[in-house]
Amino acid sequence: MNTMITTATSEHYKTIRSASAASRTAFGALLLRDLTVLKKGLGIFIARTLVQPFLLVFVFLYVFPQIGQGIGGGGGASGESSFATVLVAGVVALSIMFQGIQAVALPLANEFGYTKEIEDRVLAPLPVSLVAIGKVVAGAIQGLIAALIVFPIAAIIHAKGVHPNLTVHWVILLTLIPLTCVMTSALGLFLGTRIAPRNIGLMFGFIVLPITFLGGTYYPWTTLAAIKIGGFSWLQALVCINPLIYVTEGFRAALTTAPHMQLYVIYLVLIGLCVLFLWAGIKGFYKRVLS
Amino acid sequence: METTAGIKPAIGEHPAIDEVIHCEKLTKRYHAGNILAVDQLDMAVHHGEIFGLLGPNGAGKTTTVGMLTTLVVPTSGKAVVAGIDVVAHPALAKQVIGVVAQTNNLDRALTVWENLYYHGLFFGMTSKESREASDKLLVEFRLTERAKAEIMAISGGMAKRLQVARALLHSPSVLFLDEPTAGLDPQSRLALWDILRKLHAEGQTILLTTHYMEEADVICDRLAIMDHGRILAINTPKGLKESVGADSIVTISAAGNLDALAKLLQERIEGATRSQRVDSTIKLHIKGTTGILPKVVSIAEQGGYSITDLSVAEPTLETVFINLTGKELRD
Repeated sequence: MNTMITTATSEHYKTIRSASAASRTAFGALLLRDLTVLKKGLGIFIARTLVQPFLLVFVFLYVFPQIGQGIGGGGGASGESSFATVLVAGVVALSIMFQGIQAVALPLANEFGYTKEIEDRVLAPLPVSLVAIGKVVAGAIQGLIAALIVFPIAAIIHAKGVHPNLTVHWVILLTLIPLTCVMTSALGLFLGTRIAPRNIGLMFGFIVLPITFLGGTYYPWTTLAAIKIGGFSWLQALVCINPLIYVTEGFRAALTTAPHMQLYVIYLVLIGLCVLFLWAGIKGFYKRVLS
Repeated sequence: METTAGIKPAIGEHPAIDEVIHCEKLTKRYHAGNILAVDQLDMAVHHGEIFGLLGPNGAGKTTTVGMLTTLVVPTSGKAVVAGIDVVAHPALAKQVIGVVAQTNNLDRALTVWENLYYHGLFFGMTSKESREASDKLLVEFRLTERAKAEIMAISGGMAKRLQVARALLHSPSVLFLDEPTAGLDPQSRLALWDILRKLHAEGQTILLTTHYMEEADVICDRLAIMDHGRILAINTPKGLKESVGADSIVTISAAGNLDALAKLLQERIEGATRSQRVDSTIKLHIKGTTGILPKVVSIAEQGGYSITDLSVAEPTLETVFINLTGKELRD
């Protein structure tokens, strides 16, 4: 492929590379930059990844059974085991979700803010949309690493006699993880470009917390059918606006034999959310960096 | 305003192609507030020259640079940089421009050296090429000792030098600098001027914006004076000052009706080409310089005015700006 073109016949014009060749190398370099920054803060990244799942698993699967606090419908060791089964899928889903949002939205808030650090990358020789997509890919890689770190903890740490009942469905697991990683970091791009940098702290209180508690981390979606007003399972319907519910239900399908939301619904919605958040995130990115 | 005096001769055989920057009716209207930031700008920058946009804050200088560097999307008009249509092919145009922003936009997550190295990779250099180029630029810009420093730990002057080095790393056809010395201490400002002069000697085409007259005067080959989104004059600093048509400018502070005094002085002093009140002073333009001050004093006193301050100077770019806009260009 001919990648060299010349802009004009003057000796003063430098020879430039084709847009596609320049974009490819620039995209790779942007990823390399993000991974270098990740490597520099690897200790903090791992600690940040571990803290929440560790606490969840420690309190619910170790402390609660030890002190006789009833969970899992109060059915003793078997109830605790079934709650452990619920929680493993929820914790893995939640960790990816957190990581995806944090890895993209938080740095963007800094880079769009007073320092405008993003400018040098926006001025790299590639379309602005690819700079935004590069952010999503780097975020997705962090989500993936988080999933690999968290899964063993969720599966292993629990009190004596508490055993999560895990059955891995590999096809679901291996398709669901990348899909989830991309969806959550695209959500991070969307949030990071739409929330004013000075308000980024509010994102946790008003967006991340509701997503966490109403995202099926501690309970399967199917069981919410029991919460009714006048015959209408209102909570089960309401949480469908929460992207996390599809992720937790997906991991429930991938890791257990417990009842879960229909698989085709999970995949369709996750793919739809990927497209939606990417589209809205790239649009928001353009709005932030170009005027 | 355009005169033939002192315009830098075009280099090369094709004068049209020597225009490294070419704008036609370039316009930016911000919909928020319906502000016309840049209004039908026509401008050409030639190969190898340092071209300055001089004007007060809000004149549209930064917006103009933004449009030429792909960060601001023009409302209408045309902008071509190094033969590439910036609006139609922003990703291509980014290969041929180097940009030094007004603010310190260095990557805080990377060290001094890494800021250069990754920038080189963005522009398609191999790891080895970028490493060598980064090392070389650190030496040239006297930053080698701080190579491993975090960005937050270096001084404002160093940060600006690093921004210039980063913008040059990929050998751009045009280097853009937006208010490069704003906020720098005097020593760092002089150091940056030296850098720009050296680049100029090497043939680098440079476009800079400034609201410092002295900077525009000593650094630029040609200048465009901007106000309210329009270019009011384009010429060499010398040509602009000559266009005032006076050998000296007398500045008079006095008590009383200054408009009347200005009129009186213009009528009574031989060689007075112009007399105008600017805020609380009078600027009197004179052809011929001998014995002016005693005349001014005696005429003012005869008219019943008491002069509190009096000075005489050669025309400066400030004079040019006042002539064009009727107001001062304050730093």
